[in-house]
Amino acid sequence: MTAQELAGGRPEASAPRTGRRGPARRTGTELSRGQAVLRGVVLTIGAIVFLFPFYYMVIGSLQTEPDTTVAGAFPNPANLTGENYVAINSRINLLSGLVNSGIFTGGVLLCTVVFGVLAGYSLAVLQWRGRGVTFALALLVQVVPFQLLLIPLYVLIARNYGLADNYLGMILPFAINSTAVIIFRQYFLQVPKELFDAARIDGAGELRLLWRVALPLVRPALVTVVLLTFIGPWNEFLWPFLITKEASMQPLAVSLANYISNVASSTANPFGATLAGAVVLAAPVVILFIVFQRYFIATDIGSGVKG
Amino acid sequence: MSNSTADLAGSRPSRAGQADAAPRPRGGRVGSPGGGYKHPLNIRIFGRNPLGWLFSAPYLVFVIAIFAYPLGFAVYMSFYDYFFAAPGAQVNRPFVGLDNYAQVFTDPDVLQSFGNVGVFLVINVPLTVVLSLVLASALNAVVHFRAFLRVSYYVPYVTASVAVVGVWLFLFSSHGLVNQILGPLAPHPSWLSNEVLAMPVIALFVTWKQLGFYILLYLAALQNVPKELYESAATDGAGKVRSFFSVTVPGVRPATVLVLLLSTVIGANLFTEPYLLTGGGGPNGASASPVLVMYQQGIEQGHPGYAAAIGIVLVVFVLIIAFLQNRFAGGRD
Repeated sequence: MTAQELAGGRPEASAPRTGRRGPARRTGTELSRGQAVLRGVVLTIGAIVFLFPFYYMVIGSLQTEPDTTVAGAFPNPANLTGENYVAINSRINLLSGLVNSGIFTGGVLLCTVVFGVLAGYSLAVLQWRGRGVTFALALLVQVVPFQLLLIPLYVLIARNYGLADNYLGMILPFAINSTAVIIFRQYFLQVPKELFDAARIDGAGELRLLWRVALPLVRPALVTVVLLTFIGPWNEFLWPFLITKEASMQPLAVSLANYISNVASSTANPFGATLAGAVVLAAPVVILFIVFQRYFIATDIGSGVKG
Repeated sequence: MSNSTADLAGSRPSRAGQADAAPRPRGGRVGSPGGGYKHPLNIRIFGRNPLGWLFSAPYLVFVIAIFAYPLGFAVYMSFYDYFFAAPGAQVNRPFVGLDNYAQVFTDPDVLQSFGNVGVFLVINVPLTVVLSLVLASALNAVVHFRAFLRVSYYVPYVTASVAVVGVWLFLFSSHGLVNQILGPLAPHPSWLSNEVLAMPVIALFVTWKQLGFYILLYLAALQNVPKELYESAATDGAGKVRSFFSVTVPGVRPATVLVLLLSTVIGANLFTEPYLLTGGGGPNGASASPVLVMYQQGIEQGHPGYAAAIGIVLVVFVLIIAFLQNRFAGGRD
């Protein structure tokens, strides 16, 4: 699969570029030493620009006194403390924020995986009227801008259905990730038709077929979808911010944002406490992402967005 | 005349539903009165696997309830003086025609926010396209540290805006690290409280935050550029730079159109960054985005009809921009 190739560093594609053997071959496609150095410099500067704020987030969250000088960007044993984590926890309950974020994200993941697999399977494998329209809808839905839905969804869910300060109200607008439906469809399409036919002749029902034959074959898609779907609700701010006014129901992103915009100025070391909260909010996603990064692959997600 | 087919159909009714390879009966027989071959009713309505319909039903219900119905509701609301009432209460919400839309084009706050998002897009979109294509090409060719570089580019994209906003506030505060390094060159007033600089800083922040996702899209597109094109370009004497512009750039054009579209749509959705980085669109509304104004008008001040009209005007603008981008960047080949 192309996905594996990309993740595995594509040895066959990159081998000729290192080109020690056969100096006359493909000289034109090789980089000169200067160009290779330039490329390395560009990539390294890029990596520093992307990573430095995260490094600085951790350093800043551990400083007793905010030190904004250049020297402050390096750890200073005399200025290290865990106090900021205690301070932020006394203002916003980190644990309940994490639990709320977890329930919100878990609900979305559950709906997306269950209903997304069903929809993806029926779009890829089953013949039924309306299949093409449903697939077109799944593509179309991805370009509907959320700002258009923001106000009517708020009126419907928070006002008419009374689901403000409610997990269901938080989950509903994100319940089934359309990108996930399309990724599942893409993977089910790659499963050979003969496998399904053979199982049908053996008398397996469609649900059994899906559970026993199709699902085990698309396990990588499951991981990709879980990763991709996880970052949506975990990081989402606007919607839960609109719909939760009660502090005990707020996901961590919302309570941290409220802390930044309202109470930060009344704290001894507002930056330290804010950054400590930011580390707690960022850590689960970043760790999850680093562990499973090989599933977060261009070709899968690219096909999910483009269709 | 239809006996044989009727027998055939009757003898194996259970196969009718899955006779993929079997020849389908001709149209003439279907209508014959003598009980000729007919698909069972459910198959004619739902197709050969009615289960497919059932499996997709939850998703279809979701799309209708969360996308289709609210979309129609937004349009409806924008023509009314809509206001909040207790659930179930009978209230009379007057029809106001195009009044809400007229107000959108005369409200200075709204016009300013549209101007702001224009500044944002002018900085954010070209920067996103150029940087993500350059970094993706460099990343695509690299051999060592590939996984490390990929992860470091994607990390801002997978992290919550709220979390990284905290660091940017720290970096760009008036005594922050950026100003410490700039020393006497630091702007006054500082970045985020400077009317001219607030929006560009937000645009830079969003570019930085989203770039990983667009690098991902370009990496996928680069796999589809045929290697032979680079070889023949080299044979024709093209250097690295020349072949980047003559092979890579045209080769990834579909991805460029997609990146343009997505970065414009996501940019027009801007809310979290002005709300948190500049304390609600300050200074003096210089960084207020249309969605922020929608939030203030629709929810804080209770004019959802007006806010819906702002949203619709915004989306119409985005559609026009997307159409123009597609026209000029998409090519007609």
